[in-house]
Amino acid sequence: MTWLDALLILDSTLRVATPLILCAMAGLVSERAGIVDIGLEGKLLASAFAAAAMAALTGSAWAGLVVAIGVSIILSMIHGFACITHRGEQIISGIAINILASGLTVVVGVALFRQGGQTPSLPREARFPSLDLPGSVSLAELPVFGPFWAELVSGHTLPVYLAVVSVPLVWWLLWRTRFGLRLRAVGEMPAAVDSAGISVPWLRYRALIIAGILCGIAGAFLSTAHGAGFVREMSAGKGYIALAAMIFGKWRPWSVLFACLLFGFLEAGAARIQGTPLPVIGEIPIEVVLILPYVATVVLLAGFFGKATPPAALGTPYQKER
Amino acid sequence: MKRLPGWADYILIPLLNLSLALGVAALVVLAIGENPLDALRVMIEGAFLYEGAFGYTLYYTTSFIFTGLAVAVAFHARLFNIGGEGQAYLGGLGGLLVCLAFDGWMPSAILIPLAIAGAAAMGAAWAIIPGWLQAHRGSHIVITTIMFNFIGAGLMVALLAGALMRSGQSNPESREIADAARLPAIHDIANALGFDMASTPLNLAFPLALLACVGVWVLIWRTRWGYALRAMGESGSAAVYAGIPVKRMIVTAMAISGALAGLMAINTLLGAQGKVVLNFPSGFGFTGIAVALMGRSHPVGILLAAFLFGALFQGGTELDFEFQTITREMVLVIQGLIILFSGALSLMFVPWVARRIGRA
Repeated sequence: MTWLDALLILDSTLRVATPLILCAMAGLVSERAGIVDIGLEGKLLASAFAAAAMAALTGSAWAGLVVAIGVSIILSMIHGFACITHRGEQIISGIAINILASGLTVVVGVALFRQGGQTPSLPREARFPSLDLPGSVSLAELPVFGPFWAELVSGHTLPVYLAVVSVPLVWWLLWRTRFGLRLRAVGEMPAAVDSAGISVPWLRYRALIIAGILCGIAGAFLSTAHGAGFVREMSAGKGYIALAAMIFGKWRPWSVLFACLLFGFLEAGAARIQGTPLPVIGEIPIEVVLILPYVATVVLLAGFFGKATPPAALGTPYQKER
Repeated sequence: MKRLPGWADYILIPLLNLSLALGVAALVVLAIGENPLDALRVMIEGAFLYEGAFGYTLYYTTSFIFTGLAVAVAFHARLFNIGGEGQAYLGGLGGLLVCLAFDGWMPSAILIPLAIAGAAAMGAAWAIIPGWLQAHRGSHIVITTIMFNFIGAGLMVALLAGALMRSGQSNPESREIADAARLPAIHDIANALGFDMASTPLNLAFPLALLACVGVWVLIWRTRWGYALRAMGESGSAAVYAGIPVKRMIVTAMAISGALAGLMAINTLLGAQGKVVLNFPSGFGFTGIAVALMGRSHPVGILLAAFLFGALFQGGTELDFEFQTITREMVLVIQGLIILFSGALSLMFVPWVARRIGRA
């Protein structure tokens, strides 16, 4: 394998990992505040649809992105209304959002476009273009670094860069700001935050808004940057893989990023090795490679290597003493 | 919080939640530019009035009874088994393997019970692992059952497109099982008895589902095990103090839950389809969650809720034929709304209803 081959695999890894990173960061912010977010998948799917539909109607990917974020925040707020305001079961609410998204995207899609639930395929102008960073041409001739810069770093769409930036941003927000300290505290011991006179529900709602924004970007990436339009069930379980990556990364941003890249690498690699026999083990069906993230997460959760400790107040609604 | 009287808790609140879900769905239909009443009429005709419609409705009801009971049994122990989808899928594999091995020579009287047992056993096996991991390693059952849905789906794709694929076929599906392994269709029985009945996929799995309802009722409310299960659900620490073997209970509860989900496969494999096709549970495992929530985890409630969903699904397919703009996915929307209102927002109406009743 040459340096260029390796770069190309890493390049597609990054692309596959982009929605995972964004959704996993969304899940991380939400769960650090004590709200379980099974609804990542639904938010991803709904915002992918919203982005494509808006881009198809207006011809602008930016309008699509804004609406995608809006739709994703609305779903987050439904989740918040059920789980924070009415102290409902967070897992049930998440499942409801996922099922709702998978039904509504098709119903609204058919009503708007009459194409069996798809959006029309988007022209180049209605999508996010690949951005060529400065130097991608002039530096390309340099040995080693040139191809690295031109193939791997440059030439991605905006959401990919947003995904990469989201990791340090979430880290900074949660571990270097007062808001972040409170947000994490509300996921560990809400009563303590409450007794300091800080509103637990408002903090949790803000966490969900942030999660909504991140999922919205991920959705827009799927349908208006990576793909050229929306197709049914486009999210295809990516929200759940992101959930797995978040747990695999033990609710810590840099580890979660690593988990997303690892899972992305498995998927990108699986497509490549399909049909080619490997040494010793022979040919592996692609399905087996694709379930590895889930298997790895189960094994980690079982505590056979490392230990994943979720935030202490995760999943428990907070009730003020009366 | 004051407890509501039984009739309000078990009848009024579910009906309120159902009407709210249907109301929001009606708004969606309005927004699309169609008349919700027209859509409702089409669904009712599609579910009950057309020839054979009622048989289809009961066929779907059968599947939903099994997956609904599966969720309910685990839920009595406060275990949230959302792996019904994968357990039903693997249940199909269990039943299929029995058929592939024995359907060449074994008589129906032995083969069918064996295949049913195979489906239940594989469904149970797929639930026991998350159960065991929860009990002994503390892994959260919700996450592991989600993961097992995907692992099961991947496994089944690999098998159906690989070792189990019917030769000379390009679709990933198994070969058809022998007639000896098939559960008789209800319309065949009715016609043999002299009644005239349209051909539908409804088969003997339906009475088996009703039996399962009775069985679950007896198990949960009339046995020592069921008492222990409910005690565990009410208070884990009290259960430990009372000497209930909580870890073993978690594993057995999940096993029974998984077995029930696995039994969904007999409705399709031994009944309607006669083979295992790609993704045959088609989301019915998740519908089981809605069914269990609406039915308040009680077999009678589950029976009614499963019937409601059976009618919704069958009526929903009719939407595709009658409307250009409304599709059967409308049913998914209703399903999501029902889960939202009767599950996540179940407490929303309680104070309001309590005040109303208190004043009256």
